[in-house]
Amino acid sequence: MVEKEIENKMKTEEYFVNMGPQHPAAHGVLRLLLTIDGEIIKNVDPDLGYIHRSIEKMCERDSYQQIVHLTDRMDYLSSHINNEAVCLAVEKGLDIEVSDRVKVIRTIVSELTRLASHQLWWGVIGMDLGALTTYFYAFRDREYINDIFEETCGARLTMNYNIPGGLMFDIHPNFVNRVKEFLVHFKTKLPEYDRLLTGNVIFQKRTKGVGVLTKEDAISYGATGPVGRGSGFACDVRKTHPYSAYDRVEFKEALFTEGDSLARYKVRIMEMWESMSIIDQLIDNIPEGDIKTPTKAVIKLPKGEFYQRVEAARGELGVYINSTGTKNPYRVKFRSSGFSNLSVLNHITKGAKIADLVATMASFDFVIPDIDR
Amino acid sequence: MKNEDLQNIINGFGKNLEFTTEESEFLNVIVPKEQLHEVCEQLKTNPDLKFDYLYCLTGMDWGSDLGVIYHLESTELKHLIVVKVKTDDRENPTLDSVCDIWRTAEFHEMEVYDFFGIKFNNHPNLKRLFLTPDWDGWPLRKDYVDEANMIIK
Amino acid sequence: MNIPLNITKTIHDWLFSIMPEGVATVTEWVIVAAAYLALFAVAGLYLVLLERKVAAWFQLRLGPNRVGPWGIFQTMADALKLVSKELTSNANIDKFLYNLAPYFVILSSLIAIGVFPFSRQFQALDINIGIFFLFAVSSIGVIGILLAGWSSNNKFAMIGAMRSGLQTISYELSVGLSMLTMVLLTGSLQLSEIIEVQRTGGWLILQGHIPAIIAFMIFMIAGTAETNRAPFDLVEAESELGAGFHTEYSGMKFAYFFLAEFINMFIIASIAVVLFFGGWLSPFGITDDITWFPETIWFVIKVLGIIFLMMWFRWTFPRLRVDQLLTLEWKYLLPINLVNLVLMAIIIWLNWTI
Repeated sequence: MVEKEIENKMKTEEYFVNMGPQHPAAHGVLRLLLTIDGEIIKNVDPDLGYIHRSIEKMCERDSYQQIVHLTDRMDYLSSHINNEAVCLAVEKGLDIEVSDRVKVIRTIVSELTRLASHQLWWGVIGMDLGALTTYFYAFRDREYINDIFEETCGARLTMNYNIPGGLMFDIHPNFVNRVKEFLVHFKTKLPEYDRLLTGNVIFQKRTKGVGVLTKEDAISYGATGPVGRGSGFACDVRKTHPYSAYDRVEFKEALFTEGDSLARYKVRIMEMWESMSIIDQLIDNIPEGDIKTPTKAVIKLPKGEFYQRVEAARGELGVYINSTGTKNPYRVKFRSSGFSNLSVLNHITKGAKIADLVATMASFDFVIPDIDR
Repeated sequence: MKNEDLQNIINGFGKNLEFTTEESEFLNVIVPKEQLHEVCEQLKTNPDLKFDYLYCLTGMDWGSDLGVIYHLESTELKHLIVVKVKTDDRENPTLDSVCDIWRTAEFHEMEVYDFFGIKFNNHPNLKRLFLTPDWDGWPLRKDYVDEANMIIK
Repeated sequence: MNIPLNITKTIHDWLFSIMPEGVATVTEWVIVAAAYLALFAVAGLYLVLLERKVAAWFQLRLGPNRVGPWGIFQTMADALKLVSKELTSNANIDKFLYNLAPYFVILSSLIAIGVFPFSRQFQALDINIGIFFLFAVSSIGVIGILLAGWSSNNKFAMIGAMRSGLQTISYELSVGLSMLTMVLLTGSLQLSEIIEVQRTGGWLILQGHIPAIIAFMIFMIAGTAETNRAPFDLVEAESELGAGFHTEYSGMKFAYFFLAEFINMFIIASIAVVLFFGGWLSPFGITDDITWFPETIWFVIKVLGIIFLMMWFRWTFPRLRVDQLLTLEWKYLLPINLVNLVLMAIIIWLNWTI
C-alpha cells in the first residue's frame, strides 16, 4: 500500500545502461544492456559476439588434431579440460582405449586446472565485491600450479597437453614432487581464504540470498557446474558419466541447496578441497604405461555422431562431433557451460540492485570467450 | 531404462516417429517438425521419461535438410535420448520453439537462428545473438560463401 | 624554546617592522596560505604513497619502489604526469559545472585543514566554533561530487553521484552526533580548548568511559563513509560503476578529486585525534617538560595511526550494497548514537568523568 502510494507520488523513469563491452565486472567483453529504474534492475539483455571467433566453423575446415588447439581458446581457464573433451570424443570415435597412465595424468592435470581456475575466481569475486586483497592471495597460490604446468607442458595457460590418443609427452620428472609440494602449501592456505573472505560479515550480507536460483530453474535453464550444484542440481559429470580416472577415485560432489551466490561460493571452495583429495589419491601411484596410443597421422573418424561430456571448471562441457568419414568433421558443436549459465542471469537478477548483479555475475564466474566461442 | 523400452513409450507420442541407434551411442528419435512441440512436451512430462534436462541443442545442416538436434537427459531417471527434427525448406526454415519446455533453449535457439537462419515459432526474443544484426547470410550453413576468406584458407 | 613558535613569531615581527600594518597582515595571510597549500600537496602525495605501500604490504607485494629510494618520489612523478596530461571531456557536458566541481571538492578539504591545531602554536585559525566549522566545511565536498556526476553526461557517473549524495547526507548525522557527544564532555567547540581539557583529565576516550568508546567507533565508521572509502566506496565502486563520479575527468581535475579523497581521510583522522586522543599532547605527558620538542610529531604519529586503521579497513573489507549502507546508518548507527548522547549527558550530569 505505502509503496504503491510512494510510486504514484514519485514518478520515476526507466533508463538504459550499457554494462560493457568494457566493464571491470564483466571480466572480458560481455555487454549487458541493463534497463534500470534508479538502482533497481528491470531487465538484463546480454549482447554477445564481441569475441566470437567462429570456432565451430573453423573446426569444419581443420583436422582432428588441430581442433584440440582451438578449444584452448574457449574457456581458457580450463583449457586442459577442454582439450581432454575433444580428445575423448575423437578417441570414442576411433574406438581406442588410452593407457591407465594417460588417464591418471589427464585426471591430475584436469584437477590442477580446476584448482587454478577456482583460485582465480576466488580472487576475482573478492575484487568484484570490493575487497581487492583476495586477488593477490589467489595469484600467489595460482603461480605454483602455473609453474608446474610450465615445466610439464611448456605453457602456463593454453596448455595443449592432450592429443587424440594420449598425451603430447610424458610428465616432467619433477612433476610428482612439485604437485605434492603445492598440495602441502595450499592445504595451509585454503583455510586462509575462508578467514579473509568467507566469514566476513559484509561478504555474507552481499551474497546470502542474492541471485537465488531454484533447482527446477537450474535444470530447465541447463545451469551446470557450481551454479547448478549451488541450487542442488547434482550435475557433476565426473559423477554422473565418469571419464578418464574419475571412476577410481573417491570424492564428494559439492552440493548446496540454497541456490544463492553464497552457495555457489561454497561449492567452489568445497570443490577445491575435493580436487586436492582427488590429486592426493592419484599422485602417488601413477601407473606405468604408454603415454600415447598410436593413431594414424591423418585421423579419419568413421561415419557417425560422437558426443563427449566433461566437467570443466565452470560446468558441463559437451563436444558433439558429426563425422562423414573424411579427415575433417562435418559439424562440431561445443556446448559451453558459460553460454547456458548466462541465460539464467536475466531470470534471477530482475528486481535486484546493480551491486547484486555484480555479485551474481562474480558467483557465476563467466569466461566470455567460453560464451562467445 | 533400456533403449527398447524408451522406444516403446515414445512411439505412442506421435505418428511417423523414426527410431535409430545407428552411428550414435544414444537412441535417436527423428520427429516430424509438425509434432515437435507436442512430442517434446510429452518427453518432459511423461512420468516414465521425465527428460527435464536439455543439455545440448545443436543446429545442423545435413546438406539438403536443415534441422536441430536435441540432447536430452533425465536427471532423475538417468536415461539419455537424442531428438532430431528436420526441415527441407532452406529459404524460410521454421520450427517450433521448445523454450517454454526447457528454458535453456531460448539462448541456444537464438544461436541456431544466428548461424543457420532457422526461425523458431513462439520464441520470445529471436535476434542475432553473436553476429551483427545486418550480417548477410547464415555462416554455419554448408552453402555459405565466405567471401572474405575469414575461415577457409 | 619552542621552535615553531619562534619561527612564526620572528617572521611576524619582521614583517611588521618593515611594512605598514595593513600590507604586513595581507603578506602574512599569503605566506600562511602558501605554507598550507604546500603542506596540503605534500601530505596528499605522501598519503597516496603510504596507501600504496600499505596496500602492497597487505597484498604480498612490494609497492612502488622504482622512482627514488623505496619509491618515495613515485607520487611526485605521478603528479607531474597528471599535470602534463590533456584535460579531456565528454561531448554535451555542462561545461561550467563540470569545471567547477573539482574546486568544490578540493576547496572544502583545504579550508578544513586551516583550523587544525598541529601543535600548540601551529594553527592558522583558532576560531571558537572550530568543530562546528570543520563539520560544516567538510560537507561542502559532496556538492562537488554531485556536480561532477550530474554535469559529466554519463549515466555511471550520475549513479555514483546520487549514491554519494545519499551516503554523505546520511552519515553526516552520525559524524555530527558522535562529535556532539564529545563536545558535551569538553564543553567547548574550540579545538585548542578541547585539547587543553585533555591535558589535565587525560584523553577524552578515557575520560568519557564507554560512551566515548562507542562514539569513537561510530565516528570511525561514519568518518570512513564520509570520505567515500572502502567499505563505503559505493561512489566509485569500480566493479559496478567503472570510476563513479569522476569517470569523465582527466589530468589535474582528476588529481583534485584524488587528492581530496586523501586529504579528507587526513581530516577525519585529525578530528578523531583531536576529539579522542588528545591532539598534539604527548602520551602520559612524557615530552611536556622538553620545551623544544616539536609537539607536531605526536599529532602526526596519532593521525598516521588512525589513517593506517582506515587503510586496513579498505584493504580487507568488501563493499556494502547501497540499501545495506542506509540500513546501517538509519537503523543502527543513528539510534545507538542518540542513546549514546543521552548516556554521555547522564555521565556528565552525575559527574562520573575521570
